Amino acid sequence: MKSKAQNPKSKIPDADSGMNLSVQIGKLKLQNPVMVASGTFGYGVEYAQLLDLNQLGAVVVKGIRLHPVRGNPTPRTVEVTSGLINAIGLQGPGVDGFIKKYWPFLKKLKVPTIINIWGTTVEEYADVARRFDALGGVGALELNVSCPNIKEGGSQFGTDLKLLAQVVAACRKVTKLPLITKMSPNVVSIAPFAKAAEEAGSDALSIMNSYPAMAIDIETRKPKLANVTGGLTGPCIKPIAVKLVWEAAQAVKIPIIGMGGIQNAADAIEFLVAGAAAVAVGTANFYEPRTALQVIAGISDFMRKHGLKEVREIVGSVQTGK
Amino acid sequence: MLAGPMLEQTVQIVSNERDTDSYFRLVLRAPQIAPLIQPGQFAHIRVLPLQEALLRRPFSIFQVEGDTFSILYKTVGKGTGALARMGAGEELSVIAPLGHGFTVPKHGGETPLLVAGGYGMAAMYLLAQRSPQKGIAFVGGRKRIDILCEKEFQALGWNVRVTTEDGSHGAKGLVTKPLIAELKRNAKGRKLFACGPTGMLKAVAKIAEEFNVPAELSMDEHMCCGVGVCLTCVIPVKTGDGPQRDGGWEYQRSCTEGPVFDARQVAWEETK
Repeated sequence: MKSKAQNPKSKIPDADSGMNLSVQIGKLKLQNPVMVASGTFGYGVEYAQLLDLNQLGAVVVKGIRLHPVRGNPTPRTVEVTSGLINAIGLQGPGVDGFIKKYWPFLKKLKVPTIINIWGTTVEEYADVARRFDALGGVGALELNVSCPNIKEGGSQFGTDLKLLAQVVAACRKVTKLPLITKMSPNVVSIAPFAKAAEEAGSDALSIMNSYPAMAIDIETRKPKLANVTGGLTGPCIKPIAVKLVWEAAQAVKIPIIGMGGIQNAADAIEFLVAGAAAVAVGTANFYEPRTALQVIAGISDFMRKHGLKEVREIVGSVQTGK
Repeated sequence: MLAGPMLEQTVQIVSNERDTDSYFRLVLRAPQIAPLIQPGQFAHIRVLPLQEALLRRPFSIFQVEGDTFSILYKTVGKGTGALARMGAGEELSVIAPLGHGFTVPKHGGETPLLVAGGYGMAAMYLLAQRSPQKGIAFVGGRKRIDILCEKEFQALGWNVRVTTEDGSHGAKGLVTKPLIAELKRNAKGRKLFACGPTGMLKAVAKIAEEFNVPAELSMDEHMCCGVGVCLTCVIPVKTGDGPQRDGGWEYQRSCTEGPVFDARQVAWEETK
């Protein structure tokens, strides 16, 4: 992975400044702490013309289960004030379709690919994990236990301590790949869930997935999404996500990848200060595809301004007075 | 399907003026984008001053002239409202050209019959301009002010047939009425190209089937990313090799596999 982290064409401004932006997620080393969030970046190839993917910390692909998934009826998304509600329903090509159609492109990238996986049963999660373990060259697996738009599977696993532990443990058993558990925000307290994932063998946590939400057309009195409800993302959820990262960071030792409404470097740094070891840009990819690269450059500027050599120095530096 | 060449650029507004009673014409200077544009493609535009509405707005590309391209738009919400307040010299962020457009008829090929619902006419201007065969453009709307680009199509030497639902301009009725009459007269060697509301496209698909003529339809769906990742703009498309392999259809992306689809491919019974 070290060779992957060193990209000769990289224009990341820390190259000769002696600053170190690299971070460690389990045994996975990232050249910088900025990745893209699952479901907002397709399979990477779609954005290849608009930005240099090899400058990212990692590419995280849209959720994949064993079989192809048709997804929900339309309308699937609705823009709301400073946010977006989606109910895509995890449309996807399935493991075989992904390997055939997208893996040849992704495996050539110099930066790691993190595969977001899901299933409708504990066994299916493990089956998918096993398939990607066998594929070779995968950077890490992100366990999606928190999609609010799937009737079976998805968030039922992320909001039940016992099921969450079962999913993580089942995947842990079949692969040595780093496991990142993507957490649901829809729990009373995230600390026990974070601990359950850690204890079951998760190497890191992604915090957070979208927040359950709804929008209604007041003239027709109909929900604006065919699925009635969806998941809220975008800048409006950032303060919720920052709080969850802060809480989880106090509960676990494993690294946290913070995400939720990041639009610029200041947003990303706020997550790092709260306790995230890395961050992911999500909804902003839809409107400014180069956001992640701007965030990387902005973190370097911040480190230079504050005389920091290691990005790690920012992580968890929040002063709560406690 | 992999997308064709696209660029993300900050471009300057050359002009942004009221074109008709209800539409604005926005001209953008984009020397690198303009030569890439194919008929039926769209531009995904971010109105930079708009803070709380995050997303880009997709617009069909109307004309390409030299190093500029233009769009026609109606002020319908926050995005287009903010856009209408911008003027020459101001900047917009554009990702373009996007989407799989119309198949331009070959020399000596089918005679194109264009069917447009209001604003849909703008999306077919480049097709008319680049088609070696001149054909007939059927354009319909509710009222006179919904009829666009009549003069521009006539200037290309096209026969334009206007219908309005209230009879305030052209013949009274739906756009499909003169289309059916024309196909009854002669359907052989003709191909339909349509852009407009889904109801109209569905009707055009049915007419194409009845008269056994090919048809390409530009579907107008809500979009977020415009480049194929968010899966917002999907439409049901028939396929023998779809991911489900159960009903012979799958959701495909209007922004990438479309916006132009072969009418026979759309699984209409699955549309709303």
